[in-house]
Amino acid sequence: MNPFSSGTRLRDMIRAIRACKTAAEERAVVRKECAAIRAAISENDQDYRHRNLAKLMFIHMLGYPTHFGQMECLKLIASAGFPEKRIGYLGLMLLLDERQEVLMLVTNSLKQDLNHSNQYIVGLALCALGNICSAEMARDLAPEVERLLQTRDPNIRKKAALCSIRIIRKVPDLAENFMGPAASLLKEKHHGVLIAGVQLCTDLCKASTDALEYLRKNCTEGLVRILRDVSNSPYAPEYDIAGITDPFLHIRALRLMRMLGQGDADSSEYMNDILAQVATKTESNKNAGNAILYECVETIMGIEATSGLRVLAINILGRFLSNRDNNIRYVALNMLMKAVTVDFQAVQRHRTTILECVKDSDASIRKRALELVFLLVNDNNVKSLTKELIDYLEVSDQDFKGDLTAKICSIVEKFSQEKLWYIDQMFKVLSLAGNYVKDDVWHALIVMISNAPDLQGYSVRSLYKAFQTSNEQESLVRVTVWCIGEYGEMLVNNVGVLEMEEPMTVTESDAVDVVEVALKRHSSDIKTRAMSLVALLKISSRFPPTSERIREIVMQHKENVELELQQRSIEFNSIIQRHQNIKSSLVERMPVLDESTYIGKRVGSSQATLPADKSSRPTSGSPGASLKLPNGVAKPPPAPLVDLLDLSSDDVPAPTSSATDFLHDLLGGDLMSPSSSGTDILMDLLSIGSPSAPTDVSIRNTISSNQGNAGEPKTAPASVMDLLDGLPSNSSLPGDKNPIYPSITAFESSTLKVTFSFTKQPGKPQNTMIQATFTNLSSNTYTDFIFQAAVPKFIQLRLDPASSSTLPASGNGTITQMLSVTNSQHGQKALAMRLRIVYKVNDQDKMEQGQINNFPPGL
Amino acid sequence: MIHFVILISRQGKVRLTKWYSPYSQKERTKVIRELSGMILTRGPKLCNFVEWKGYKVVYRRYASLYFCMCIDADDNELEILEIIHHFVEILDRYFGSVCELDLIFNFHKAYYILDEILIAGELQESSKKTVARLIAAQDSLVETAKEQASSISNMIAQATK
Repeated sequence: MNPFSSGTRLRDMIRAIRACKTAAEERAVVRKECAAIRAAISENDQDYRHRNLAKLMFIHMLGYPTHFGQMECLKLIASAGFPEKRIGYLGLMLLLDERQEVLMLVTNSLKQDLNHSNQYIVGLALCALGNICSAEMARDLAPEVERLLQTRDPNIRKKAALCSIRIIRKVPDLAENFMGPAASLLKEKHHGVLIAGVQLCTDLCKASTDALEYLRKNCTEGLVRILRDVSNSPYAPEYDIAGITDPFLHIRALRLMRMLGQGDADSSEYMNDILAQVATKTESNKNAGNAILYECVETIMGIEATSGLRVLAINILGRFLSNRDNNIRYVALNMLMKAVTVDFQAVQRHRTTILECVKDSDASIRKRALELVFLLVNDNNVKSLTKELIDYLEVSDQDFKGDLTAKICSIVEKFSQEKLWYIDQMFKVLSLAGNYVKDDVWHALIVMISNAPDLQGYSVRSLYKAFQTSNEQESLVRVTVWCIGEYGEMLVNNVGVLEMEEPMTVTESDAVDVVEVALKRHSSDIKTRAMSLVALLKISSRFPPTSERIREIVMQHKENVELELQQRSIEFNSIIQRHQNIKSSLVERMPVLDESTYIGKRVGSSQATLPADKSSRPTSGSPGASLKLPNGVAKPPPAPLVDLLDLSSDDVPAPTSSATDFLHDLLGGDLMSPSSSGTDILMDLLSIGSPSAPTDVSIRNTISSNQGNAGEPKTAPASVMDLLDGLPSNSSLPGDKNPIYPSITAFESSTLKVTFSFTKQPGKPQNTMIQATFTNLSSNTYTDFIFQAAVPKFIQLRLDPASSSTLPASGNGTITQMLSVTNSQHGQKALAMRLRIVYKVNDQDKMEQGQINNFPPGL
Repeated sequence: MIHFVILISRQGKVRLTKWYSPYSQKERTKVIRELSGMILTRGPKLCNFVEWKGYKVVYRRYASLYFCMCIDADDNELEILEIIHHFVEILDRYFGSVCELDLIFNFHKAYYILDEILIAGELQESSKKTVARLIAAQDSLVETAKEQASSISNMIAQATK
């Protein structure tokens, strides 16, 4: 006996390991065995190599590292005997994977074994090659495998065919070499070779279109014949499963048919008969039959089938759907998703059954059914479907609620025709599952509410009611708090009551109660609390009697650990106490939030909820062309500002507010109208309630930033003036400096002329001072004259206040305004600017806009 | 294509794994852990398909063993159930009323059988008789080789005595 042998037999080692009671014991046994094996390896022990590798494989399956055994595999493979090779190849397949370099060393042994006289050894080599070869090995050994596709032994042929599949997957370029042999494999009689051959053809079609064409031309007939023969064959005990002869061959052949018939009418026509035969003849009481029917229906859906065949397929699906076996129902739901594209109406007929499946106890089925329901929703059934889904939302599992909520929200958004219904559904969803509702969904809801003035009263009242019952849903609380803040007076004064509403009286202090509860709840997070604070500020302005109480509530957070809340608390307190005069203007009703831009931005940035058929941001004046959102909204005029400012990409262009860069940032939005007259600067700057110029605000930030920022200008008007005065204003005119560049006529129309004259300071080539002069060419006086400009991103623009806002007629006077331009790419890119001018003539609003292209070069 | 085959016991012990797609050792342990968690906790009445990372895992429980096969999303799940059953029946015929213990002590034989049924993640042979015949032939080769070896070593032992 070799003294270095690991004395235990495989069986004994396994028994010893299984007898271990603790993990530590097991580790000890394994360690001992590994040590013995390592010793044997280093001694190059021949006799027990075989057994050692088997032990090593077992240890590997337990999860222990076994790299030291890899070379043993190679040595075993290289030995002459069959048993050694067998275990060597098995070890190779188990202990190595294709990414390891050691694998390359086997290539030579494989090559020799592929040419061995013993058929079983060839089989071993093919098996190993087919399971783990890498791309290089595949390339090296492909010729051998090709040759073997034509040997006499069917066992080898079938293994070679499957091995070729792997080769093609790893190196698709080699696909052409296998086309011919693959086609001839289809003429075989041996089922194993036939199955492998059909599979090889299928993979060839996937790998190369040439192969697909070739096979389509040459093999369609043969394939149909194969299927017919196996379908009609009498009882064959060797291949019989559940009364059907070789269902595997059926299924493989059907799949290859699908690949060949896809998109090709001729071959599809050829296949019609046999498909009809298989679909009708196959019995479906056992799994094997159902598997065949499943594949058959998939094939019918995939090729260009006749309508009769399609009806047949949908009927089979209908039967599957009502089968009691969960597997069958799952498979049916899967297939129906594909059938929806083919025959929508037929699938609609099964809607009730599918809805039942949404409530199934099996999670996989529920998920499939929900996706299918989503595909089935159309304008007719959306209301009943949504009702069902929301009813189910109440009782569904926690882990399913997230999916369900997201789907309901997207259905509601996509298909809502009336706002009232949309709002109702969203309120219900928020009450039931508000915690699962994503942020952009409830933001969209708020945008919607702000765009529907007649429903605002209804909304705020419904939310108030909902809050009483379901105030643990975070999103519901947020929306409620915001609405009460904005529309509190509608709540208390019962404004805009719709017919179906029950009468309700809410006092001012009730409204404050709601917000207070929201503020004080343990589970409210910072965002909710911040929103509540702002809402309280708004309420204190709308309902003055509650001011004192609100002030007390707000003061409670003056030492809050969270900086945001603390800051808001102190600032709001200060506003309530000392600045009553501006309070009301601070918290005026928010302007209508621009829906179309919001939707555009949402689609642009996240395609999560909105399906892909929405158009992207509407840049031209076609509001909501393909948007299925509730129409009849008072859509803001096709925001010309969007065009104006769309100079470069669709990001927010450089700010153009005059002398208000500071406050522009403060307000966090894109307030475009610079102050024209210097008097009521504060009013203009903070008049987020001004309805005239459609402010193209970035909605997503609006809600939080506007609420936050409404509190931020904490100082009195005086200091705001200071800010403005403190800005480096460029009132010193170019009169001091030499005009280097000629003046240009920037814009001229029949009613207005704008000229620009330029100066540069000698040391700063990037800065240019422009004096704009406006001349009225018509015979009417222009009042409320405002000039706005937009520039590309690489340019910064600052507008100083204009000299006046009234332009006398017929050139009897001019308005001048200073602009300061900084070109960060001076020398590389020229200046460009778009301008827009609004004014009033005889109490009518007029607007002119244009682009300035004739800047002198070198600016 | 079948990406991998895993046999797990009810207690979560791995009895057999075969990988037809490249997974490193670390990835393999992770996959096994994840799938064990998902599959072993499923109730008996639920369907045999689990969706996992864009693939489908088809599993079936035979006594104390779960046979799991991971396939692409567009493969035929019912067929895989048949393949699993095919494998189990062949094992049954080979070992004679196979039980888990057989698969533990003769894991290498279970692998050999699997290698006659699947290559490259595709079905190789649909006839149980053929598979049995091939395995029997190879077993007899091993037997004869062993006999030869033992007889030779006997001769040598005799000669060197």
